[in-house]
Amino acid sequence: MTAIEDQPELDTTPDVGGIGHAIKRQEDDRLIVGQGTYLDDVVLPGMLHMSILRAPMAHAKLISIDASAAEAMDGVVAVVTGELMAQHDLAWMPTLSGDTQAVLVTDKVRFQGQEVAAVIATDPYIAADALEYINVEYEQLPAITTPQQAIEDDAVMIRDEKEGQTDNRVYHWESGDAEATDAAFEAADRIVTLETHYPRSHPSPLETCGAVADVDPVTGQATIYVTSQAPHAHRTLFAMVAGLPEHKIRIISPADLGGGFGNKVPIYPGYVVATAASLLIGKPVKWVESRSDNLISTGFARDYHMKGELAVTDEGKILGLRVNMLSDQGAFFADAQPTKFKAGLFHVVTGSYDYPAAHVVCDGAYTNKAPGGVAYRCSFRITEASFLIERLVHNAAFEVGMDPAEFRLKNFIQPEQFPYTTPTGFVYDSGDYPTALRKAMDHVGYEALREEQRQAREDGRLLGIGVAHFTEAVGAGPSKDYDIAGIKMFDSAELRVHPTGKAVLKVGVKTQGQGHETTFAQIVASELGIPATDVKVVHGDTDNTPYGLGTYASRSTPVGGAATAVVARKLADKARKIAAHLLEAAEGDIELSNGQFNVAGSPDRTVSIQDVSLAAYTDLPEGMEPGLEGVHYYDPPNLTYPYGSYIVVVEVDLDTGEWTVDRMVALDDCGVRINPMIVEGQIHGGLTEGYAMSSMQWITFDEDGNCIGSNYMDYMIPTAWETPKFELLETVVPSPHHPIGAKGVGESPTVGSPAAFVNAVIDAVQHLGVTNIDMPVMPHRVWEAIDAAQSAG
Amino acid sequence: MTDLTTSTAVTVTMTVNGVEHSSELDPRTLLVDHIRTGLGLTGTHIGCDTTSCGVCTVLLDGKPIKACTMFAVMADGAEIMTVEGLKQNGELHPVQAAFKEKHGLQCGYCTPAMMLVGAALLEENDDPGDDEVRWAISGNLCRCTGYMNIVESIQEAGAQMRAGSNGVEADDMELQDEQTDADRPKEATMQEVAE
Repeated sequence: MTAIEDQPELDTTPDVGGIGHAIKRQEDDRLIVGQGTYLDDVVLPGMLHMSILRAPMAHAKLISIDASAAEAMDGVVAVVTGELMAQHDLAWMPTLSGDTQAVLVTDKVRFQGQEVAAVIATDPYIAADALEYINVEYEQLPAITTPQQAIEDDAVMIRDEKEGQTDNRVYHWESGDAEATDAAFEAADRIVTLETHYPRSHPSPLETCGAVADVDPVTGQATIYVTSQAPHAHRTLFAMVAGLPEHKIRIISPADLGGGFGNKVPIYPGYVVATAASLLIGKPVKWVESRSDNLISTGFARDYHMKGELAVTDEGKILGLRVNMLSDQGAFFADAQPTKFKAGLFHVVTGSYDYPAAHVVCDGAYTNKAPGGVAYRCSFRITEASFLIERLVHNAAFEVGMDPAEFRLKNFIQPEQFPYTTPTGFVYDSGDYPTALRKAMDHVGYEALREEQRQAREDGRLLGIGVAHFTEAVGAGPSKDYDIAGIKMFDSAELRVHPTGKAVLKVGVKTQGQGHETTFAQIVASELGIPATDVKVVHGDTDNTPYGLGTYASRSTPVGGAATAVVARKLADKARKIAAHLLEAAEGDIELSNGQFNVAGSPDRTVSIQDVSLAAYTDLPEGMEPGLEGVHYYDPPNLTYPYGSYIVVVEVDLDTGEWTVDRMVALDDCGVRINPMIVEGQIHGGLTEGYAMSSMQWITFDEDGNCIGSNYMDYMIPTAWETPKFELLETVVPSPHHPIGAKGVGESPTVGSPAAFVNAVIDAVQHLGVTNIDMPVMPHRVWEAIDAAQSAG
Repeated sequence: MTDLTTSTAVTVTMTVNGVEHSSELDPRTLLVDHIRTGLGLTGTHIGCDTTSCGVCTVLLDGKPIKACTMFAVMADGAEIMTVEGLKQNGELHPVQAAFKEKHGLQCGYCTPAMMLVGAALLEENDDPGDDEVRWAISGNLCRCTGYMNIVESIQEAGAQMRAGSNGVEADDMELQDEQTDADRPKEATMQEVAE
């Protein structure tokens, strides 16, 4: 199934609003009147407030904590220290990667901002005040701030408490065929090399993380409201951490989360301490992070030092790829990470191109930084991989003297080659890359732009045209390969249709603003003909939804959406039997379309889905179980592979290094689009975050490990003023193995666009001798790169 | 025993969404906390505590201000409008309707503030250009939408207001138009707001 299709013909009317209709979002009705429910809006009777004391330095022995002055303050109920947590065997917790992480420091501080103690008070202001009255004595140790330092032979061990750990290495991972890759490099005319750092970034959703823990002192029932992208997995981990029986833990991720982007996947010490405090005190305890807490201590992303080498012929044919990586994991390996892929889903590193050999070696190192490795709007490590190959391909084209678009077209995996097995052994499901790139080129007026670029150079202007064509792997995943802390990555949907034909759909995935309440209702609408507005979607409550692994890695539509389609089809099968009974026809003759059950060839003999729903409770065939409901756990046969062709046009100021975006054209193929309006909104957002990382957004540290960027005045996020306008295009090549042909889209633009932006800047200055500028491509870096190239040249 | 909280409570009176509230407050209470916790109006959010992200924006005497870095006592005697006050007489404000229509929101966390800034802008200029809208909302961060649809939403609301289809009295509309026509430094006004 590789032919480009238009969005498949709509099989529902606008009033039903199934797949393909850009219907307005149901969730907006509450959000536009200020009636959303976010974590901080949860208020329980008798609730106490928690504030966390954080370490002021990156590496230090903990000598002593004296909390007596804080404990004596009016309004302070308790001060929780690591020692107290240790008494309850809660000082350490497992991470999603199978590492351990300190909940509160007991032995030594391992990153600036690490959780040292917590105050529980009657008022959040008092809780914050009391932090100042906790006296902590530290013995400062030298900080290790880069992974290169960390793996030196004489480096001090950061994780000296960890059994079996002898150095600062976290993992070593290899993929591909080293021998075949060596042979490809020997046969090559040229070897193109790129060394670059994909900088540490922070997802920084506008709502910070938080929890309201409510442990009933009598029953032991723990109800934990928590900003969670994966409530079911969190419940299981909570049971493991705290030793609470899992059936007595209810995780409620509030109806509305103020963004997630990967930041709300991990379990943070604050969640655990708040729960422990509620358990000890017997009252609900609320903890909401400040922005600084969020920026310095929670889920960083990226931080990969990458070296890529591409073996190419003088004719511009790629023969092989070699990659060496060193990732900075911070003090605890806390990625949400399938255990079978220690460096993450680095398997799209070969990109969208057809060549036989690749070999990837990746090492991870502990440093004195906050635990890193959340994927941040990409699947595991795909954005790093995609950036590397697309930057390499750009440079390779330049070195062999080809246009970078032409170079890509020459090397693309061709439509007839799908399903395509990559040199690292993964199977791309479907695609038509040449059509995508050509369509983007036509739209932007590529040939004319290149001519304009030549003219501009003659006039002393620096115009750059950046191309990127990415393939992403989303929808984790087939449970044979993908897990979180060992829990297999299926997802689920439970559908109940009520007698009057209205339905409740409960899903294991959790929205953070992506519009699940609308999108998932549209899948039901397409399958059963029940209007999308008649379907309520429930999510985020482990007591009221089937087990699922949550929302990240763009897996909601590929996995949760598939589960929804399949469970709806189960109901349709039963509904067909009931319709046959009502119409006194053979089941095989019943057709369902747009909510109407017809006898084939007799359009007059019809009953509606609403008639059938009522009959499911009132007028059933002999012996049939009443009701119209079901559940499905969907384990996808493969990942899905959305892709896109992005073209960015920039102008660089030679004197200042500033660059401005003139055009940004993004063609995305995410398979079938359920709600085109929502898909486009997701793309806008992802492109903005890609632009942010390319141009300004990064978290830096000084040599002592102090985090530079603990607030929005130092951690730069683009405003409306800087953000470029985007021109969106699409092709639709459905996923052949997904029930509705959808692939997932939310992360594609973040994965694909950084290379497009950076390639554009490089393209503008490459003729001056500049071959690389690391992200974020700040004006001073551009200026310095030009200056260095000109001095050298 | 150290008690930092001992302070003389003060009485603060403000009109919020047309309703006057007198409250006994610790003088250090931030306006945003008073609105959210004291008055229970949770549509106003907290995002950064440093005036940078703008999700706590409310209108104070018609001007957008950031409620996370202002004490409630400083708003004594003021007229405050929060997102809960946008809807009038059961009718959505045009900016609310437009945000839904033009997909101007995703997670919704920045949305109340964006709509209030948009409404304030449209009070001054109901036909703003792209740059005018972008400048007006440049003190408000969004992580989901990429801003394009927010800009469109505010412009769409302006179009609806110009067409008079917002439940606003026709006389009021004319008055707004006259004000808009005045030769005023639009960007400077919004810059003051951003600062």
